[in-house]
Amino acid sequence: MKQTFKRPKALVDIPSHFCPGCHHGIIHRLVAECIDLYGVREKTIGVASVGCSVFLYDYFNADVVEAPHGRAPAVATGVKRARPDNFVFTYQGDGDLAAIGTAEIIHAANRGEQITVIFVNNTVFGMTGGQMAPTTMSGQETTTTPFGRDLKTNGFPIKMSELLTELPGSTFVARAAVNNSKNLMKAKKLLKRAFEVQINGEGFSFVEFLSACPTNWKMTPKQATERVQEEMIPYFPLGVFKGGQE
Amino acid sequence: MAMIKFRRERCKGCGLCVLACPKNLLMVSSKINRSGYPVAKIDDMKSCTGCALCAEMCPDVVITVFK
Ligand SMILES: Cc1ncc(C[n+]2csc(CCOP(=O)(O)OP(=O)(O)O)c2C)c(N)n1
Ligand code: SF4
Ligand code: SF4
Ligand code: SF4
Repeated sequence: MKQTFKRPKALVDIPSHFCPGCHHGIIHRLVAECIDLYGVREKTIGVASVGCSVFLYDYFNADVVEAPHGRAPAVATGVKRARPDNFVFTYQGDGDLAAIGTAEIIHAANRGEQITVIFVNNTVFGMTGGQMAPTTMSGQETTTTPFGRDLKTNGFPIKMSELLTELPGSTFVARAAVNNSKNLMKAKKLLKRAFEVQINGEGFSFVEFLSACPTNWKMTPKQATERVQEEMIPYFPLGVFKGGQE
Repeated sequence: MAMIKFRRERCKGCGLCVLACPKNLLMVSSKINRSGYPVAKIDDMKSCTGCALCAEMCPDVVITVFK
């Protein structure tokens, strides 16, 4: 018998701190698989954000810089410009990328920085205990919207992929989910394309992952995974928005 | 012939692998690991096709697949 599935080399063999059923763990592994696949581990520089994925430097067997909250695309810009031969990616939650870091992501995309952005949208501030994020769905209860998000006072859940697609500087923009096997396999393809865009020097690549946060959604892992399908995907449609297969 | 292995000490009992198996072979058992989580298991290994969909879905890389 031959081993057909194993831990990617780019993912350090330690237990993760993520809650049971959190999709961050799956997304970490997919990124690590791509680093292995393209053989870029020795020249990868990750840029971590602030949020539940803050320990990127512990989990990836690659160099990682920690950026101030929301500023990962700005830090990655500097890293990539100083070291253009390195593979540079950011990994950011929706509180990080779509709230405090909105300016940084828009301008990095608009400048067409040669970086890859992994955006994990779980519709909530996970690490800090479940406050409303700009991506929080209409009616969703959070600690700061105890009666549900009210669009009249809290605005609309922001669609970052659609927003960045409009910018002439972005090359590849896609949204994926890992809530079932079918979507996970598609997510792998989109992530590969995002890696290739940077490796081929084509420009700025962005993949948004819809992700479950069972803890702050106050759901079981099964309920949270189902919520991605039933509530999130209808509002945040999956697929390639810009720059499909070469 | 296929075989899957669980690294039980890393399992968090989330059950995402259970949902992923197209043949419904997996379950979260009543056994508890050192971290206090109930661990996933397979009873009918003979029916496993080695498709690896359970392993793909596991957030903690608990499952490895042999074929
Ligand atoms: C400058 C600054 N402001 C606020 C915080 C508090 N803070 C830490 S994580 C976080 C949001 C995390 O949410 P998200 O980016 O969605 O990631 P998740 O934890 O959900 O993966 C906030 C507001 C901080 N660390 N630094
Ligand atoms: S709080 Fe949410 S996002 Fe953070 S590790 Fe737990 S489930 Fe994942
Ligand atoms: S490898 Fe496939 S058939 Fe076997 S337990 Fe996992 S999901 Fe089920
Ligand atoms: S998906 Fe992984 S962590 Fe969750 S129950 Fe299955 S083996 Fe355990």
